[in-house]
Amino acid sequence: MIPAAFDYHAPKSLAEAVGLLSQYGDGAKVLSGGQSLLPLLKLRLGQAAHLVDIGRIPGLEYLKEEGGMLRIGGRTRESALEYSDLIRSRYPILLDTALVIADPLVRNMATVGGNLAHGDPGNDHPATMLVLGAQVVATGPKGERVIPIDKFFLGLFSTALKPDEIVTEIRIPMPAPRSGGAYVKFERKVGDYATAAAAAYVTLGADGTVASAGLALTNLGPTPVRATAAEQQLVGKKPDAGALEAAGKAAAQATSPNADRRGAPDYKKEMGRVLSVRALKKALERAGGH
Amino acid sequence: MATHTIEVTVNGEKHQATVESRLLLVHLLREQLRLTGTHIGCDTTHCGACTILLDGQPVKSCTVLAVQADGRQLTTVEGLEKDGKLHPIQQGFWDKHGLQCGYCTPGMMMTSYALLARNKKPTELEIREAISGNLCRCTGYVNIVKAIQSAAEHLP
Repeated sequence: MIPAAFDYHAPKSLAEAVGLLSQYGDGAKVLSGGQSLLPLLKLRLGQAAHLVDIGRIPGLEYLKEEGGMLRIGGRTRESALEYSDLIRSRYPILLDTALVIADPLVRNMATVGGNLAHGDPGNDHPATMLVLGAQVVATGPKGERVIPIDKFFLGLFSTALKPDEIVTEIRIPMPAPRSGGAYVKFERKVGDYATAAAAAYVTLGADGTVASAGLALTNLGPTPVRATAAEQQLVGKKPDAGALEAAGKAAAQATSPNADRRGAPDYKKEMGRVLSVRALKKALERAGGH
Repeated sequence: MATHTIEVTVNGEKHQATVESRLLLVHLLREQLRLTGTHIGCDTTHCGACTILLDGQPVKSCTVLAVQADGRQLTTVEGLEKDGKLHPIQQGFWDKHGLQCGYCTPGMMMTSYALLARNKKPTELEIREAISGNLCRCTGYVNIVKAIQSAAEHLP
């Protein structure tokens, strides 16, 4: 399959890339790892007159802790998360997530920034970033702006990014003591989008009750779903089996899945419930609560 | 329609090519450079038959633009054999019957090559995870895993 014709640009700097995006407006798309964009163009589900490849701009691939935050360069490859000792030891929820994105070959190209910027509710990083309280740094003609992740996903394939902005960094607060997170995905086979998946992040108080909770689901609505009611009802409670079951039920109620080859809406909601409980349990274990 | 003149190093040899923006890397390799060992299977980023190494990393060449490879080092299955001697990975697939129809084999071998370059003694689970982006519809993977294990034993 051959994409429709387009012009290709390989800027050497961020300023040059943003300039090209400003010049071509809606006709341009950012090419990062290309693992979502190129299949879309090949299947001709989408078209772009101009691709602006950010692959030759230095300084966009890194993982580091600085200023109380984990900072992930926008073009950091998913495989870099897999092989990072920092991620393995301090952010196992990000390792959970990276390991279930597509397959190992795709992850050598696919990027964290691209996974978010694509705005696909089937992508795996969005739910994880929602529960981690991430910030997306977008660079445009006026410089950087920081978008809280809760304001980032606007609709199906639609994000808060402007056509002339590039995701240059993702910031995640460093883990608090007695906190832990997990991402649990149910897929038909390796490489598939989630039938359902859940991300959970919990911080425990000194008395063993939940001080804060994050719970979000993948591919169960037009955007990644943040299960706010479930989060709120966990806070202040002892995270026993009953509390987790109740949170799972509340999470499932927040979803609005479509029927497709992965299942009927009721089935997907039920998977959302089950996976929410599993993700919470694993997050609690990692927080040291069980 | 934009064209670009690019230079790629494939299996140690430099090539210049004039390519359309939309040309996929796998088509550059097969149709312009006539390196047809790299196969096109699904053409939808699933099957891994088109796997090659891009600066040492295994990637699906049906999902990379040729122009993205400008100035970079590529290795294809044709680059495994040296001086008429099969690479231990090729020998492993031969010895352990790691193929039936052979269609997925070039991709399987390139992924295996990259795995063994970073992990000389992979466990069976690590092998199975590493090849999880390469589909074989004949073997059930048992002999492919054995072939990679055999290659690991015979690597210099």
